[in-house]
Amino acid sequence: MKLTIERTLLLKALGHVQSVVERRNTIPILSNVLAEAKDGQLGLTATDMDLAVVEKVAADITAPGAATVPAHTLYDIVRKLPEGAQVQIELAADGQQVTVKAGRSRFALATLPKEDFPAIHAGDLPHKFPLSAADLKGLIDRTKFAISTEETRYYLNGIYMHAYAAGKQTSLRAVATDGHRLARVEMPLPEGAEGIPGVIVPRKMVNEVRKLIEDFDGAIDVSLSDSRIRFAFADIVLTSKLIDGSFPDYQRVIPTANDKILEVDRKEFRDAVDRVSTISSEKSRAVKLSLKPGILTLSATSAENGSASEELEVKYDGQAMEIGFNSKYLLDVADEIEGDGLELKLADSVAPTLLRDMADAQALYVLMPMRV
Amino acid sequence: MAGFCRECEAILPEKGGDGRCPHCRSPRLLVHAELHELAIGHIDCDAFYAAVEKRDRPDLRDKPLIIGGGHRGVVSTACYIARLSGVRSAMPMFQARKLCPEAVVLPPDMEKYRQAGRQIRQLMGELTPLVEPISIDEAFLDLTGTESLHRMSPARSLNRLARRIESEIGVTVSVGLSHNKFLAKLASDLDKPRGFSIIGRTETLSFLAPRPVGQIWGIGRVSREALARDGIVTMAQVQEMPLDYLVERFGQMGTHIWHLSRGLDARRVEPDSAAKSISAETTFDRDIADLSSLAAELWPLCEKVAERLKAATLAGGVVHIKLKTAGFRLITRQSRLSAPTQLAETIYRAGHALLEKEAKGDWFRLIGIGIDALQDPRDADPIDLGDPDSQRRRKVEEAMDSVRAKLGHDAIIKGRSLKPNR
Repeated sequence: MKLTIERTLLLKALGHVQSVVERRNTIPILSNVLAEAKDGQLGLTATDMDLAVVEKVAADITAPGAATVPAHTLYDIVRKLPEGAQVQIELAADGQQVTVKAGRSRFALATLPKEDFPAIHAGDLPHKFPLSAADLKGLIDRTKFAISTEETRYYLNGIYMHAYAAGKQTSLRAVATDGHRLARVEMPLPEGAEGIPGVIVPRKMVNEVRKLIEDFDGAIDVSLSDSRIRFAFADIVLTSKLIDGSFPDYQRVIPTANDKILEVDRKEFRDAVDRVSTISSEKSRAVKLSLKPGILTLSATSAENGSASEELEVKYDGQAMEIGFNSKYLLDVADEIEGDGLELKLADSVAPTLLRDMADAQALYVLMPMRV
Repeated sequence: MAGFCRECEAILPEKGGDGRCPHCRSPRLLVHAELHELAIGHIDCDAFYAAVEKRDRPDLRDKPLIIGGGHRGVVSTACYIARLSGVRSAMPMFQARKLCPEAVVLPPDMEKYRQAGRQIRQLMGELTPLVEPISIDEAFLDLTGTESLHRMSPARSLNRLARRIESEIGVTVSVGLSHNKFLAKLASDLDKPRGFSIIGRTETLSFLAPRPVGQIWGIGRVSREALARDGIVTMAQVQEMPLDYLVERFGQMGTHIWHLSRGLDARRVEPDSAAKSISAETTFDRDIADLSSLAAELWPLCEKVAERLKAATLAGGVVHIKLKTAGFRLITRQSRLSAPTQLAETIYRAGHALLEKEAKGDWFRLIGIGIDALQDPRDADPIDLGDPDSQRRRKVEEAMDSVRAKLGHDAIIKGRSLKPNR
């Protein structure tokens, strides 16, 4: 294998694939990236056995072939090469070393047999549908924060995606919860997604795909089976195992009879929560919402820090009540709301509260109150 | 030297005497220069389980008696007659039977022992509010300042307590009296059974000097071995070492052994120190390997733990399980709950998840489950958005609890407590 490639192109592709590689690996080959040169392209593959990424990038191939090299080391080398450098990569004839040359720099890297690199068998992916990058970003951004990190409830460690039908309306839904909060986002069901199984996309896949589509705004090809999901776009293919478990019947925890309606200006509310919570103890981050017709008072007290309060003019004509929330959870929701108005539907101080963007019916959030 | 008779409580003359009480002729005299100045006591019942059984079965009084578990298992208590044949606590049952074939063996009746233990604790409580129970049959008492209340010194109060326990509960105790907990506990062990030993300030250093460092509270096998590698075996050696050296060499443990070897122990007697953990365990009649049988043993333990949590108005945040393999290897595993709980069901689910990972074919002889991170139950068992059935399970358990409160524990049980006929 011998090829020459422009440093910027290589750096970008390596930047994408190396983040899949775990820092600590018990299986040495998983620390490596598989480089395959053929047909004017360099293919780079990295995997942690659950998640695999393949990216293709244009290169000048002198001799086709393949080799594996330590992913993080190669990335660090390329990162430190001067801008505009031409990088030459060559597998030695004895197959023991890969040399990386650029200008007067020369690196010889240990390699492991390419045959040992785990092949990515996605199996059959019977369901295929397109999803715009903007839509996927929308689904991920508004649910990701609620993904649980609790290992014992592994089935909550991802985003649950499924097709949902209400009458004639069909939608694609993304749901995540950590038990204390729940986020549910829906969008019209893309064509081809009818009959997809409900799948739980693991957090690492969510994070990787979100990172890779940051600057992409075309259509993404989604394909899935009941055990794997694949996102393909531009020159990148990401394939991941799904979480093998069943997501709870979340509909039952979404309150339907909350009758006290509070409407706040999103930004005002967000900033006030942020200010008042400066006082909250690090551990609980509690803020108290005291409601009276037309007026919301946010307050926080802590034994170490003192107390804080702030009054907001709001739309509220229900009974006076008090309720406490983790300020971080309020901020997470407020930050994902794009419209000016945020609506809270409350029942009482211990029942789940419903939050939504007044300008957007697609997203819905549920927060559990906390005792204050 | 100050002294009194343990039988009739008569004060002994300062000098003279023939080693017997001038009034009742009993040889059980208590004489010590600091007799009326020491106030930290440790009371330890003598062969407690066996003593309670003998109390209820006078026909067993003069026979060797072993309390121990069913088909096999270990000796939990041997009476003093059985101990003469070499039987000891924690000894495998077969070995005990070999040493003392004529011994009567009874299975433990924990409920009965607990009740006796509670009665004893009540008598202790009449002496001082500062009672710190260590186990069912053992407690520290701080009698500082009780002299004017009881019109007698702590030593005499403790002696009277020992006599009351003997006459009212029907078991004997051994008393240790000193100026701190560490020494009081060492003292109670010096003259068992029915003993009363005193370690005064004057002889503290010389008393400790010849003793092995392993007798220091908190020094287990590992620490003992670490010390032995440095050639440190007795407290005398520690007494001669500078504190700085020990700290440098052993860190915190260095400070600890330096102080205790000098008889310096600043721990207070903490009355009913809030429980740090609530747990229950059971040793099986026969070793068990399969998950479903283990789970069947686990469930009643969870109910027991939850019952005690609720009785104490506590909730816990961390569930831990304990398993002992047939080869006596101890396995403990724990997991933090997403929210504190009081429910048997929640404890069981967390315990079962931990158990599942361990029950991979090994044979086990014991299983235990417990809960810690104990706290106020106000935040316990909230609505869990990730578990839509959690509220229903909570209500089921509340309903069961209220039925049980009226009709008794067995009035209603969960299906999983029903064991198939074996």
